[in-house]
Amino acid sequence: MIISDQVLKSNEKAMFALRELYGMYGYSRFKMSKFEEYDLYVGNKNFLISDNIITFTDRGGKLMALKPDVTLSIVKNSKIIPGYVEKVYYDENVYRMANESYKEIMQVGLECIGAVDTYTLSEVVMLAVRSLALISNDFVLDISHLGILSRVLAIMGVSDKAKAELLSAVGKKNLHAIDEICSAEGILPEKASLLKSLVSAYGSPEKVFDSLGESANDPVIRDAKNELLDILSPVWDAVQSGKVRLDFSVVNDMNYYNGIVMKGFINGIPQSILSGGQYDRLLAKMGKKAGAVGFAVYPDMLEALAPSQKQYDIDTVILYDENTEPMALYNTVRLFSEGGKSVMAQKTIPEKLRYRQLLKLTESGVQILENNA
Amino acid sequence: MLNVALPKGRLGEKVYAMFEKAGFECPSIKETNRKLIFENPEKGVRYFWVKPSDVAIYVERGAADVGVVGKDILLEYEPDVYELLDLKTGKCRMAVAAPREFRDDTERTLKVATKFSNIAKEYYASLGRDIDIIHLNGSIEIAPILGLSDVIVDIVETGTTLRENNLEVFETIVPISARFIANKASFKFKNEPIEKILASLAEQTKG
Repeated sequence: MIISDQVLKSNEKAMFALRELYGMYGYSRFKMSKFEEYDLYVGNKNFLISDNIITFTDRGGKLMALKPDVTLSIVKNSKIIPGYVEKVYYDENVYRMANESYKEIMQVGLECIGAVDTYTLSEVVMLAVRSLALISNDFVLDISHLGILSRVLAIMGVSDKAKAELLSAVGKKNLHAIDEICSAEGILPEKASLLKSLVSAYGSPEKVFDSLGESANDPVIRDAKNELLDILSPVWDAVQSGKVRLDFSVVNDMNYYNGIVMKGFINGIPQSILSGGQYDRLLAKMGKKAGAVGFAVYPDMLEALAPSQKQYDIDTVILYDENTEPMALYNTVRLFSEGGKSVMAQKTIPEKLRYRQLLKLTESGVQILENNA
Repeated sequence: MLNVALPKGRLGEKVYAMFEKAGFECPSIKETNRKLIFENPEKGVRYFWVKPSDVAIYVERGAADVGVVGKDILLEYEPDVYELLDLKTGKCRMAVAAPREFRDDTERTLKVATKFSNIAKEYYASLGRDIDIIHLNGSIEIAPILGLSDVIVDIVETGTTLRENNLEVFETIVPISARFIANKASFKFKNEPIEKILASLAEQTKG
């Protein structure tokens, strides 16, 4: 069976293209149930992008959830084999509450769980770049390293309470909030400046690492910087052309994530369409001694790129009346449809229907009434 | 083209002057008419006036690339945007106000009338106080007078409206001022003009 390109919507095309890409790199498809026990999520609520989980009670009285996230289920089912990296991809719908309404969201992504090393990390970043490039060439992938950010916070001597507030300010590039929090914490302005310049520097690695000044020589920061540069080497062309940029305002919950975190954007879509990172700490919380990295793409967002209205609803409309011979009508419709055009037969047509061609089937044959193409 | 959402009213006009100074002028905006959208193709900028509480929605959803909004709206709706600068204008505070004779009876649930339910909820949760939120859309000041609520949580600028209604401020929850915000995706794809405006606005608000 061959499926015509025209039949597929942009999100479906993206989904199939991404599945093919991940399959080519040895990722196998992970299929899962739409439902999961609520217990899995309640212990890891902060790992989820949205904590509004849709729940219901099953017949045995157990509290169940419509799956709001895929990663937790994959981690739960992963088997750790020393030295091996389990590589899976998925395309699943997830369910969340957003703006007081229920949402079903298509999610395509991949996860690597096990002996994650620099090669694995760089492969995941490369696949994130290629995923965005498959959707549109006008993309930006922002990448950050939580190792650097958490070291900067440690140098500043930030308390645990202030850390969460500071991370929220970092995520919003809110420099005045960073000042306020630091002053309330008694942190010296020059130490606050280090975080502020790191958050506001955006773009090439040279520019962003320059913002660290003397602190770039700190051994922890230096190691993380070198790791980040190693990870970026397979996509260095994209780094140089400005499609992959460093942005330390990309943050995720540090209780789950460590190392790299990333967010991908496509020009014309107002929110990030790709997000992911390295989440070794989630595995540790779930009692598994292994590393993990992955990302998810949200193809539904591609709707924002599609023109708001179709030019035509249908290629050809054939008008007929009570006197039309059914077999003759059937044969005419078939003839058009076999020619690869969409066609329908109607006795009357609604006022706002847009068609390329309006025909009438009469005893003497097909008569063209309108031609809009 | 950079799309800028400005809050209708005095604050919007003041902020437009700052954008003008930053080199993003649009003379047609000063014409007296009822138009809401103004464009200067030469400078690559389009301004539109929207209800102050809607600015964040326009920016979050990408209909506007940048905008100016009160901190109250950002705290109440928590939009996913970059909060790039405190413009240090439109200053006021979010406060708890009540009739002068009010005394908090902690044995009872406190009835709080407000437009800012989330801010009120979060504030009282941080105090561990049990409250009953009464969400109103305007004329909040009359709620305690009519016995609808014990206190109100609202924006206080000069305090004149409160005084005239026999109310006074009991607690300041948070100081408020106008903020320059940007859509996260626009920040990537229209980085140059946004950074240019940001730098100029930062310069103008210094000191």
